[in-house]
Amino acid sequence: MWYLCVFYHRLLDYRKPEVESLAHLFGAFEDEQNGDVPSQLQWKLPIHHHPDSPFHFVNLPSEQVARSIANRSILVKGMYELWGEGGSYEELKDSVLSYPDERKLPYLEAGSTFKITVDSFGKVMSLNEQKELIQGLAYIPFKGQVKLKNPDHNFWLIEIDNYGRNNGLPPIVQRRIFFGREVGGADRKLIPTYQLKSRTYLGPTAMDAEMAFLMANQALATSGKLIYDPFVGTGSILVGAAHFGALTMGADIDIRVVRDGRGPNCNVWSNFEQYGLPMPVGLLRADNNRPPWRSGLKEIFDAIICDPPYGVRAGGRKSGGRKLLKGAVEPYVVPDDKRTDHIPSTAPYSLVECVHDLLDLAAKMLAMRGRLVFFYPVLRDDDCAETHFPEHPCFKLISSSEQILSSRYSRVLLTMVKVGAYTKEIAEAARLKHLEFRENHVKWLQDGNLHSAVFSPIDAQLPEAGDSKFIKDPKPKYRGKYV
Amino acid sequence: MRLLTHNMLSSNIKGVEKGFPLRIEAEKVVEKPVEMNADFLRKMFEKVEWKAFVEASRSMGYAQLPEEVDSGMLESDEFLSRFHHALLELHLEEGALVCPETGRRFPVNKGIPNMLLHEDEV
Repeated sequence: MWYLCVFYHRLLDYRKPEVESLAHLFGAFEDEQNGDVPSQLQWKLPIHHHPDSPFHFVNLPSEQVARSIANRSILVKGMYELWGEGGSYEELKDSVLSYPDERKLPYLEAGSTFKITVDSFGKVMSLNEQKELIQGLAYIPFKGQVKLKNPDHNFWLIEIDNYGRNNGLPPIVQRRIFFGREVGGADRKLIPTYQLKSRTYLGPTAMDAEMAFLMANQALATSGKLIYDPFVGTGSILVGAAHFGALTMGADIDIRVVRDGRGPNCNVWSNFEQYGLPMPVGLLRADNNRPPWRSGLKEIFDAIICDPPYGVRAGGRKSGGRKLLKGAVEPYVVPDDKRTDHIPSTAPYSLVECVHDLLDLAAKMLAMRGRLVFFYPVLRDDDCAETHFPEHPCFKLISSSEQILSSRYSRVLLTMVKVGAYTKEIAEAARLKHLEFRENHVKWLQDGNLHSAVFSPIDAQLPEAGDSKFIKDPKPKYRGKYV
Repeated sequence: MRLLTHNMLSSNIKGVEKGFPLRIEAEKVVEKPVEMNADFLRKMFEKVEWKAFVEASRSMGYAQLPEEVDSGMLESDEFLSRFHHALLELHLEEGALVCPETGRRFPVNKGIPNMLLHEDEV
């Protein structure tokens, strides 16, 4: 059945993938036996609407599924069973009257409570205007009682018009009015509850609450699942997954972040305690480049969610000293009496090698159909044709969502599903690649060094006559991928 | 560090053939209750290396796990609760994990094992 899905106008690229993932989670694709290929939902745009519009129609198997998706989501403002639509209030009336009675009458019964909300996009309507519109709906036989707080049924009258440009929304060509019964919507109160502003233990790259929930939704986090973050830091991503009931595990190469925090009451554990969430099942200090897992271990995690170090604001580290890997010194043996408190030296970890190791870890340790959800930084180069995302034979990329961070670079949330088993051939190829990275340690640090690309001064060559500001790519006049 | 974590770890020092299971030197063991989730336990049962798990549990002071198991035992609430207790409720707060081949100690402090390898082990 087709539902009207109204999104919040933010994080545009993340909205549909979230609904697709939650559709998987709530069994929208149970009937289809498509094997490896994840199924997709059918979407339609209302007439005259731009793809960035908050309004979309989506086909879902049942109201139960629609409600579950909407209530668990972060970006769906409301999911509605559409009773009518039109370009004018007369057209709307005709449309509502022709909608089958058996779909309407059960929600209009005496003894139930209801409320009608008037929402206009791109313009503010006065209370009087709203009241008039509500009274104009008298042709619908409402028999219930009006109740403004927590009614049984919530009806929405939504008007979108061409209110001119610069109102913060994508352009609408013609007026459209919708009337529908609300089936569910995001619980946005989660955001202030979990916001980083009030988090006990923070780090410079702690994931913001809204994004952590989006990542947990992409990973299908639920009770009974084990979710791993190999770059756990302060645990901000795991907090999101734990909220949805998953059991979590994390590792980090920096022992101070994981073990010590900033004191006995300010560490990763206290972050979970703050929200009454179950503690992570395990936290360890480990190097993703030299993981401590036993060789027979595989397919143990249901999902891996992480934000690897891009090398821009926080650089990654791996084992081995800088000089050691460059070959400037011989491997040295730590004398026995100094072993206990020895802090092993680490070397810079290029993004390419880091992602290679992450994919290798995920290919081995994720259960089949498990999800790998991670951020990948990209330079916003106009000349650059297609962005090449990392690939791996065990994985299928099912979504990529861009979030612009600055004029120089963005980060893209990649969601991959494990579709192939980790074979001996794949293990061998990974081992060889790992050795290749070791041999060419210096080369990998120089190529693809994101830090310098992001922080280098703007090119001295300015565009030609008449234009003293440097040219930016023409931004659409509404808030789009910037948030 | 819980026994679930311990069951996943091995000493991956260069040249070591058999780094699993790590021997536990327990200095401080704490019990922390955790809500039981039967689905999770059943999934983990398939992944756990049982012999190493029983041995590790003993070194943490809990000797109530059966030596031999089969998946039929998952039906028993008694077994599930013992499995749950050993897997998730026993914590090694202070101590060390010792490589069975080289004797190298991986310290465990404040419940966090330090599995980072030294320069000559890499």
